[in-house]
Amino acid sequence: MFRNVAELVELAESKNVKIAEIMILQEMEFSGLSREQIIEKMDRNLTVMEQAVERGLKGVQSVTGLTGGDAVLLQNYIKSGKALAGNLLLDAVSKAVATNEVNAAMGMICATPTAGSAGVVPGTLFAVKEKLNPTRAEMIEFLFTSAAFGFVVANNASISGAAGGCQAEVGSASGMAAAAIVELAGGTPSQAAEAMAITLKNMLGLVCDPVAGLVEVPCVKRNAMGASNAITAADMALAGITSRIPCDEVIDAMYKIGLTMPVALRETAEGGLAATPTGRKLAKEIFGSYK
Amino acid sequence: MGHYTMKYRSAFDIIGPVMIGPSSSHTAGAARIGRVARTLFGKQPKKAIISLYGSFAKTYRGHGTDVAVVGGILDFDTDDERIPASLTIAEEAGMDVSFTIEDTVMDHPNTVKIRLFDEDKELELVGISIGGGTIEITELNTFKLKLSGENPAILVVHNDVFGIISSVSTVLANHEINIGHMEVSRKEKGQMALMVIEVDQKIQSDVMKEIEGLENVSQVIRMVE
Repeated sequence: MFRNVAELVELAESKNVKIAEIMILQEMEFSGLSREQIIEKMDRNLTVMEQAVERGLKGVQSVTGLTGGDAVLLQNYIKSGKALAGNLLLDAVSKAVATNEVNAAMGMICATPTAGSAGVVPGTLFAVKEKLNPTRAEMIEFLFTSAAFGFVVANNASISGAAGGCQAEVGSASGMAAAAIVELAGGTPSQAAEAMAITLKNMLGLVCDPVAGLVEVPCVKRNAMGASNAITAADMALAGITSRIPCDEVIDAMYKIGLTMPVALRETAEGGLAATPTGRKLAKEIFGSYK
Repeated sequence: MGHYTMKYRSAFDIIGPVMIGPSSSHTAGAARIGRVARTLFGKQPKKAIISLYGSFAKTYRGHGTDVAVVGGILDFDTDDERIPASLTIAEEAGMDVSFTIEDTVMDHPNTVKIRLFDEDKELELVGISIGGGTIEITELNTFKLKLSGENPAILVVHNDVFGIISSVSTVLANHEINIGHMEVSRKEKGQMALMVIEVDQKIQSDVMKEIEGLENVSQVIRMVE
């Protein structure tokens, strides 16, 4: 049983196993299910993620028309060969966007850890997959590694935008993805924790201010940047860069920032981008008398 | 850390649920609360009054919280593709649904109160959606449920008769399940009553069935796995 990132890393390193393995063992103990049953369950989640990305890359539109189609634009741009950022990075961004566009269109997704932040983990996984060619089993491990870090954040801080702002949703998702990328790329459990810390540090204070209260603007693009942030931080950690503030303390800082965040900036659609003239105008157009 | 509470217990609380968008807390969590209410009611109600508080009250239309709660009351799971059409489905099924938008500030921003009715029954439940689709039931028939969420817990709905508490605890004792915390409540003497039991071990389905089979017990529901 691990209660924080330090314990998680210590468990993995002392047993000389991956973080994914620690999560699987804990799940077996908690649920009473066999390893095969647990892997099978995660495999189903992976399939839902694949289908959502596939659907988003074909182009979807939300009911309101606020979001949709950006994943396709980005894929076409990558194909043009003019992209400034690396193709892997933009592929991750595009696949994260694809997932959240499907979510906004009330399609089927897998929450990772939430629906509003469902793009980051699969977006980065399916982009990194093109380079590292993982087996199906390794892709499933990627999800268990993400789960282990998300588990710590959820229990020690929050993964709810209404409680902790977007830092708790896309911030958590990015940190989870960064750590899982490191492990998939062959990094150590400590490096995975450093990647999580570096990512989350750059998401601190991010507010939850959805226009018209919809999981569309700015949520879809925040997943784009969350994916980008995760890959950059993973590369930094793999390069040997460490965070001066330990991962658990960053998580604790996030929790405390969430507690002091004004209600207007915690998923009430009353502040931030939701309260801009355009944000209010869009809300009115969509819902008429919507307050 | 001082505020460690273990609200999340499974890897699938983090990677999951598979769900119809757009929000895990405001759509999937809301559907789950609706479905718990439906399960506790035991059948499809004739009438549902749903009160939304906090962030639920402010953003329910954008998140589909309204269709999700009703979907749950219709016994739909979080990944049921009928959720977006639940208001129409409820109407066709003859279920009268109404919403009230509340200003009262609750302890948790994502709070919903659900009241279900038919000719011979009514039920009132308050639930909160704490993030990522995970929920807690905080109140049932005006009785506050104090579930820590740290230990497995079951809810037993029973008739208020003598000896019932001992019958239930005997079943648990026979299976060597230790009770950590227990609360009993009733609305009126001799009427329906509730028992919330927190235990140290996971309660298997056969034990649940055995309790459900006891005389004067009408329902056993798993509250925390």
